[in-house]
Amino acid sequence: MTSVHQEVARPGEGRVTAPSGPRGRSGRRRTRRWSHLLFVAPALAMYGFFVLRPLATSVQYSLYDWNGISASTWVGLANYRRVLTDSDQLLTIAHAFELIVFFTVIPVFLGLVAAALMHGQPRGSFATVSRTVLFIPQVIPLVAAGIVWDWVYSSNGVANQILTWVGLGGVTRPWLADFDTALPAVGLIGAWVMLGLCTLLLLTGIGKIDLSLYEAARIDGAGRVREFVHVTLPGLRREIGVCVTITMVAALASFDIIYISTQGGPGRSTMVPGVEIYRLAFTEREIGQASAMAVILMVLVLVTIIPVQRLTQRADA
Amino acid sequence: MTPTDRGPLAGRLLLVVFMVLTVIPFVTLFSTALQPAGSIPTGVSWPSDPQWGNFADAWRLANLTPLIKSSLLIVLGVVPASLVLATLAGYGLASLRIPFGNAIFVVFLLGLTIPFESLITPLYYQVEALGLLNTRWALILPLIALYMPFGVFWMRAHFLTVPPELSEAAYIDGAGPWRAFRHIHLPLARPALSSLAILLFLWTWNQFILAFVMVDDPLKRTMAGALGAFQGRYGTDIVLLSAGALLIMAPTVLVFVIFQRQFSQALLQGAVKG
Repeated sequence: MTSVHQEVARPGEGRVTAPSGPRGRSGRRRTRRWSHLLFVAPALAMYGFFVLRPLATSVQYSLYDWNGISASTWVGLANYRRVLTDSDQLLTIAHAFELIVFFTVIPVFLGLVAAALMHGQPRGSFATVSRTVLFIPQVIPLVAAGIVWDWVYSSNGVANQILTWVGLGGVTRPWLADFDTALPAVGLIGAWVMLGLCTLLLLTGIGKIDLSLYEAARIDGAGRVREFVHVTLPGLRREIGVCVTITMVAALASFDIIYISTQGGPGRSTMVPGVEIYRLAFTEREIGQASAMAVILMVLVLVTIIPVQRLTQRADA
Repeated sequence: MTPTDRGPLAGRLLLVVFMVLTVIPFVTLFSTALQPAGSIPTGVSWPSDPQWGNFADAWRLANLTPLIKSSLLIVLGVVPASLVLATLAGYGLASLRIPFGNAIFVVFLLGLTIPFESLITPLYYQVEALGLLNTRWALILPLIALYMPFGVFWMRAHFLTVPPELSEAAYIDGAGPWRAFRHIHLPLARPALSSLAILLFLWTWNQFILAFVMVDDPLKRTMAGALGAFQGRYGTDIVLLSAGALLIMAPTVLVFVIFQRQFSQALLQGAVKG
């Protein structure tokens, strides 16, 4: 982590950047002092009050039946049981995992292909232009992405226009209003948002792989595919881990795009945990249910990304 | 022709395809925004008589002037405070020995994985109890806290790269941790701080769910929150909606294009660390 920061943050500065990991800093003078806590206390206080406290409240709410106004009744784990047995609610979790295919698999795969074909970062003005363009989806609000794509997918939108041009007029439809296509269509919005970030991260990463590894592979007579499997993929392990982590969290916890483009519809065909929490809490006034879903979503994100981190970060430990 | 010669060309072509895919949605938005108001346009079609006035109408209907002010106020409330708190804590956790320092850091790290939606319900009732609902404080205070895990993580990672000898030298000169921080570490942290500032600005400006839940009046929300309301109101008038959406996106895209080097560096580093 440290080394990445040094390399990217200030490439041109001639200041001391001796690699000093946490291990090399057992300074004798720096005794453990309670007064040093003052540096951390303000951040911890804010974090405790507006993150940890609501976190605890969430768990507490999830054990009650409460409509937000009148008295609440203790129901134990009933809310969790409902989330984990009710097919409607289980389906939202299934949708979240289905979105991973679009948010994660497609951008990482395409990004890898681009990185492998480029063999490093693009240079010159092409680099500047491609960076600028590919980053735009990261800069605009996801709400705007939702609005833009809502229009792209509509009956008169550009998606159907292009399909008609290439002679596929038969399959045109309002993609977000069709029960069969709404979820993949929403997923592709995510793929569009994530594609640029993943591509650029992987391109930067491949630029850091030692070129002599490629030469060695070539001398050994490796073809492009074997070179990719044996040099590029291992060399990009960290960057792939980063892309997978970010995009998976974005998929599991998606809200903005879906709320704006479909609100979970048609029917419940694009309902995901994030939108379901909002709906349960602020439309249905089922605070207990919403909180159980919220806790389950947190656990889901944790158990999904911990293995990814384990697999891809081991080298730095 | 060897494979390496063909490689970059194929790679470039693929990147160009990605760029076209990225841009198409904006092109259709732009061409739609210029159609006659109230018409029902299709995909991409250049209007015979581009209606630039649509942007003026959308500016007025979306109340963009007060909206920009509101977003700026929120950014000003969130970003400087977050920077100060995150820098102090990052320095403390990286360069000083603190009782339970590691445990505190792990608690912050856990926060990196919490989806905003998971906290939104209890936050709503907590902010209501404080009497802050429908004020900008309802966004500012929780956002500062929600950015703490990333901010502390980021600044701690920076301070770990500073050689400890620098502080030791200061201690020998009789300086305490506070003076070492002010005079040695803070000036060196400027690049890390400015990247963090860029990321926090972007995340605040684009924050939707919190703005949507905590504040009823769109004029007290962030730009993204207001865009949601704008869609709800003018969603059926696709021409007006396109013009409004473009205007609401414009500030970040503009700032991004101007500072594109710093932005893309911050985004790439932010990704690697987050």
